[in-house]
Amino acid sequence: MCMYDCRSNGFAILLMLLVTALPVDAQQHGTAITEAELQPWDISIAPDGHGLPEGSGTAQLGAEIYAGSCAFCHGDSARGGPAGSLAGGIGTLTLDAHEKTVGSYWPYSTTVFDYIRRAMPYFAPGSLTDEEVYAVTAYLLHVNGIISENFVLDADTLPAIQMPNRDGFISHWPDAPK
Amino acid sequence: MSSSDILPRSEDRAASGGLISRRWLLRTGLAAVPASVVATQVSADQLRVPDWSSTPGLVQSPYGQPSPFESHVTRPVLGLFPEGIGDGSGVSFTPLEKLAGTITPNGLFFERHHSGIPEIDPDQHEFVIHGMVRQPLRFSMSDLLNYPMTTRTAFIECAGNSLFNSLDEAQQRSAGEIHGLIGNAEWTGISLATLLQETGVDPAGTWMLAEGADAAKKSRSIPISKALNGDAMIALYQNGERLRPEQGYPMRLVVPGWQGSMNIKWLRRIKVMSGATHTKDETSKYTLLQKDGLARQFTHELGVKSVITGPSYGIGPVRKGLQQITGVAWSGAGRITGVEISADGGQSWAAAALQAPALPQAMTRFSIAWDWTGGSATLMSRATDETGTVQPTRSDWYAPYAAGQLYHQNAIQSWAIDAKGDVSNVYV
Repeated sequence: MCMYDCRSNGFAILLMLLVTALPVDAQQHGTAITEAELQPWDISIAPDGHGLPEGSGTAQLGAEIYAGSCAFCHGDSARGGPAGSLAGGIGTLTLDAHEKTVGSYWPYSTTVFDYIRRAMPYFAPGSLTDEEVYAVTAYLLHVNGIISENFVLDADTLPAIQMPNRDGFISHWPDAPK
Repeated sequence: MSSSDILPRSEDRAASGGLISRRWLLRTGLAAVPASVVATQVSADQLRVPDWSSTPGLVQSPYGQPSPFESHVTRPVLGLFPEGIGDGSGVSFTPLEKLAGTITPNGLFFERHHSGIPEIDPDQHEFVIHGMVRQPLRFSMSDLLNYPMTTRTAFIECAGNSLFNSLDEAQQRSAGEIHGLIGNAEWTGISLATLLQETGVDPAGTWMLAEGADAAKKSRSIPISKALNGDAMIALYQNGERLRPEQGYPMRLVVPGWQGSMNIKWLRRIKVMSGATHTKDETSKYTLLQKDGLARQFTHELGVKSVITGPSYGIGPVRKGLQQITGVAWSGAGRITGVEISADGGQSWAAAALQAPALPQAMTRFSIAWDWTGGSATLMSRATDETGTVQPTRSDWYAPYAAGQLYHQNAIQSWAIDAKGDVSNVYV
């Protein structure tokens, strides 16, 4: 009896080991990667500023870069360009003639930095230095009246900026509000 | 069986406007409606033997192409900005009205790119998972091809589908141009859960950022539960062959039933996070502004929807007599359980037949017999999914939203038929 039970338990344990070990061991094909190796791809910026690089910029410097690299599609002073305005419209969201721009609609300033560095300018994404991205971000926040022309944008000051529409979104995940 | 046995009787009428009950099809056993019941005509012309029946044809080829006589079956292409301003940021539409069944051919599957189609060498492509994980990992394509794969059918629909129906005036465009930012395919790949098991996930890591290798580095935040419950796939194959470049070659994310832009193409990176990243495409875009000035965000799941593809605008006038109305339905919430058809602008409705199998988060084809006698008619389809949710009318859909909103537009499509049989898009 004991012998049967013991053997049976031993077999069960062996089976359990096989069941838990096999799928995991059999499927491991990834290679460990370090933070340093990841760095060129780890470009996303969290709303709390996590991921922002060193460097800084002001709207004054950003205006020059904007005129050369951005105005062609987004218009002078970030208004009326063929790819859409990035400035203006603050306070219009309840109107029929509302205007969604960086200033009037975007809830987080970090998204501006993230998207410019990731995808802009359209024809040469990644061509701006981090300093230049800070400067263009500062310019867009300035033409929206959110920061002054000489405000120094960096990893500390950027996420602290309260965007005008910060509280304008209702999350439907995990559930739509009742 | 005489023709009087076959033709629908008055008790077979399911709703006004000439819609015929499914019971009639069952009684007569007719699989296809028109062929057996059209009047037989006698022709005086003798059949001819064409050249292709008397000369050997073309030789076999390494990769088959559609018949040159089908060269009109293409994707309508639309740039979203003036020419020269981001030409690669546009769409092309699945020509729904020119297709049958439910699987979208790979060359006709809709496109939406945010910075063009990258030409990726699979030998140089890498995929990484990092962030709040036990062990960050990198994978080559040959690494990934070693994992066990699964296959499932799912639609992918752009959340901006049906954008033309968001305009104030009804546009005279085809079913595909209005509703064709959707495709339905059989996807084969690796469950993302398998790879997340290998990296290990910190329990506080409730979101993941998925990012593409295209020039826009397209990125979206996705609740990680969608992957951990086995519902997210890294697809390598579409309808049995490797993904086309415009569908994300060599690999894309598939999150069945959720906004198309979350199905990241050219996938290169997943970062496990404790919250959403609030990327450009989940804040400034793919959000819905309400009349009260607040905007709905993270509305991932696509609503229950259907469209009649035949008859529809642009595929020729409707003929009088007995014929088939057909179309497709889908829901991000699960299976389609019913589609009702109206021929009188929504006054009366009749149940359509659903083509089996009705798979979850997949296109389901529907059809109903219709006897058009020539009066004006307005055809509508209204789908219901397994959660009991019913496709809304256009006015009900728009009620909570500010002017011009277009994401998640799943309102009932209406096609008006005039006395000549011409079809137009109308708002009811």
